[in-house]
Amino acid sequence: MTITIKVNGAARSVDADPDTPLLYVLTNDLELKGPRFGCGLAQCGSCSVLADGVEIRSCQTPISDVGQRAITTLEGLPALYAQQRKLPKAPDLHPLQQAFIDEQALHCGYCYNGQTIKGAELLSRTTSPTEAQIRDHMNGHLCRCGTYPRIMKSIQAAAAKMSKEG
Amino acid sequence: MNLSLNRRSFLTASSALVVAYAMNGPAKAQNPPGPPHKRRGVDAKQVDSYFVINADGTVTLYSGKVDLGTGHRIALPQIVADELGIEIERIAMIEGDTHLTPDQGSTSGSNGMMRGGVQTRQAAATARAALIKLGAARLGLPEADLDTAQGEVRAKNGSASVTFAALLAGGQFNLELDSKAPRRKPSEYRYVGKPVRRPDMPGKATGAHVWMHDFAVEGMLHGRSIYPPRPGARLVSVDEASIADIPGVKVVRIKDYLGVVAEREWHAEKAARQLKAQWDGGGLVTTSAQAQAYLRETGPRDTDEVAEKTGDFDAAWPQAVTKIKADYHWPMQSHASLGPSCAIADVRDGEATIWTASQGTHKFAEAFDGILQLPKGKVRQIYLDGAGCYGMNGHDDAAIDAAILSRAVGKPVRVQWSRADELAWDPKGPPQTLTIEAGLDGNQRVSTWRAHMWIPRPTPKLPNVPLVSPQLAGLPQMQGVATGSINIGAVPTYDIPHMEAVVHYVKDTPVRTSPLRAPGKLANLMAAESMMDALALGAGKDPLAFRLDHLKDPRSLDVLKKTAELHDWRPRVEPRRDGKGRGVAFTHYKGNETYVAMAVDVEVDRGTGAIRVTRVSCAHDCGQVISPDGVRAQIEGCLIQGVSRTLFEETRFDRERVTSVDWSSYRVIAFPEVPELKIALIDRPDKPPVGAGEAAIAPVAAAISNAVFDATGVRLQSAPFTPQRVRAAMAQSGTTAG
Ligand code: FES
Ligand code: FES
Repeated sequence: MTITIKVNGAARSVDADPDTPLLYVLTNDLELKGPRFGCGLAQCGSCSVLADGVEIRSCQTPISDVGQRAITTLEGLPALYAQQRKLPKAPDLHPLQQAFIDEQALHCGYCYNGQTIKGAELLSRTTSPTEAQIRDHMNGHLCRCGTYPRIMKSIQAAAAKMSKEG
Repeated sequence: MNLSLNRRSFLTASSALVVAYAMNGPAKAQNPPGPPHKRRGVDAKQVDSYFVINADGTVTLYSGKVDLGTGHRIALPQIVADELGIEIERIAMIEGDTHLTPDQGSTSGSNGMMRGGVQTRQAAATARAALIKLGAARLGLPEADLDTAQGEVRAKNGSASVTFAALLAGGQFNLELDSKAPRRKPSEYRYVGKPVRRPDMPGKATGAHVWMHDFAVEGMLHGRSIYPPRPGARLVSVDEASIADIPGVKVVRIKDYLGVVAEREWHAEKAARQLKAQWDGGGLVTTSAQAQAYLRETGPRDTDEVAEKTGDFDAAWPQAVTKIKADYHWPMQSHASLGPSCAIADVRDGEATIWTASQGTHKFAEAFDGILQLPKGKVRQIYLDGAGCYGMNGHDDAAIDAAILSRAVGKPVRVQWSRADELAWDPKGPPQTLTIEAGLDGNQRVSTWRAHMWIPRPTPKLPNVPLVSPQLAGLPQMQGVATGSINIGAVPTYDIPHMEAVVHYVKDTPVRTSPLRAPGKLANLMAAESMMDALALGAGKDPLAFRLDHLKDPRSLDVLKKTAELHDWRPRVEPRRDGKGRGVAFTHYKGNETYVAMAVDVEVDRGTGAIRVTRVSCAHDCGQVISPDGVRAQIEGCLIQGVSRTLFEETRFDRERVTSVDWSSYRVIAFPEVPELKIALIDRPDKPPVGAGEAAIAPVAAAISNAVFDATGVRLQSAPFTPQRVRAAMAQSGTTAG
């Protein structure tokens, strides 16, 4: 059946079974390369997207459950950031994406879709997270390569930059 | 022809687009520039196999080794840019394509830099010498007055120059690698030894990067394999009516192999879950709880071998004044890649093109020729990034699954494993059991050391790990066991006069194995380095000082001293036993590679038994450092993953199947458990670069074990160090809880 969902600011119609996981619609029908399949069990966070600014696991979200919620994927993060911060135009990168590159944080990078989405969710709530808050908020997003220290450092760097920009 | 990478823009196998990682911008799918290599078997002895100097002055670099998230993709261009004399921005790199790159062996054992880098450097040095010769003729100047820089041969006094491209005029070098070609001096390096940003990060941070998982070819179907509920089970019957409600699914059955393909991925996945099949027999020979007994007693015995011998242990043992003996056990562990194994295969018209995240495309292309019974050279494997694999995970299994399904349906097929496939069926790190007995002489020095190891015997000359589906489908492949060199490390590099390592081989493994990062070394060092600590205590010496006393080699001494400094190590003999502890461990990796020492702090909750690693300090000497930030990143990864493998990870299985099949039953380290890391690199620009991808994980379990002893007064000898095991060990030793 045809289902219409809002993804990265645009209404997108797809022909899919209602029980199809949102992840497969995003990657196979809408050809987005941010969200990634990791476990399909809502345990790792590599498929995360934002729904009305709140992180959800797209692997365990049937497309029929999305409803009116606005979905933002990694690709749409700079635009969402501009909207949240009331900037005249979207930057090329969300400050956290920039921080990850500046810190050369990634190893294989497979988990970074989720790390970026979850980290951006935290930064949309506070631009002065403590280390304990970061660990707590990010818990549930696994990185098998073990880049956790650089993720934490990058979130703090992005937060510092954001609070300076006001 | 350059195309931007959109998920669906890939063409069919015949045009075989490859991904080139440009150092100055996003990755591009393109028809490979330069002279077309149209067949497998690019000659690793020829300079032209390593790079092509294009007419526009850019360089296309061909690497048989691949970047497994390890930074190889920048380290290799760093080397070539310096050696050749060109800006790194003008280099693009193609990795692991069996028809375009030289076979440099698998990317494993952290040998990317050691062998791949050194070979490529020699190719570049040979090319530079040839370019200078050509330049001398063209410019009419003596070779001694010329140098290369920025893609030109230049007079050192600046009077004349000519570009590489002009000198070659579209031609090739036609030269063999010359091992005597003069190499640049470290003082001339512009890129090597400096942090240079990795080219793939912007794409990976923004979602522009094309992973194996994103790749697609025209007309591709989605496939899933349905593995037997018990390894070795026979497929009796399949009830296709059980998936009648899912549209467009085709069931593929070849002997005991069962798979499904569908146009939509969700349909393939649903069908794989829902399809009813009857299986008969099968199972596992032992359980994870019984693995130690399997290795020591119940498993099928193979030969015993003395693997290492120095001095005369038997003669010296009676004279030892203090003797200590202990047993150690290490469980099977999964590579547990965060992303599932995934591949696309197009097997048609007697040829096969396989897009894969394999760490050994060259090796597996050859293996696939045999499995698919195609004439030699008919399989082309093209590498694309997968999730980090830390040894051989299931990528090659997913690839052969895709090939089997593609051949059956005559269309390209993409296979992606499920999380349960990954944790149950990826080849595992082997189980290990050891006993070490060692003694001190009257001067409180270690005089005697004997290690007994009970391990599966790796099959000699096994070309590759046997894959699951060919087994099920009755396709030909060589049988055997692959483990990596897990018999190294139980005899330390300390100055001990009488040492011996005896290996008691078992013929098989309960679950299929393959090398897992630093194969065998976590276990062997856990044993050796906790024995060293026990001996230090017996000698009444501080454990770090005791190690220094037993080493002469300056590089070994330096990493230990640097660790002491990083960690602010204060000499102390007796354990604290107050729930807080520190431990040290050291290795000269494989006896001839990287030097690593580390100290860790732990906190042990003596009520619950939970261990928290709070701080790790590590000093690391891998010879010449090519990419300092890349090496640092690899060490960080090793330390964190090492904590994970030591505290949490065990593949559990009963007599039927692997039961740790998701992230709660196979637990890995998460944000709350991440320790503070302090790392010091000791750069030796005059020494050859050796591996940095795995050495630093090797001593982690040892250091933690020693720290737990300091904190509690009990030694943990079985990994993982679960709270339950800590409580049991404390109860047994009479250490009171709380
Ligand atoms: S893939 Fe969705 S949480 Fe792992
Ligand atoms: S960078 Fe590889 S899983 Fe996180």
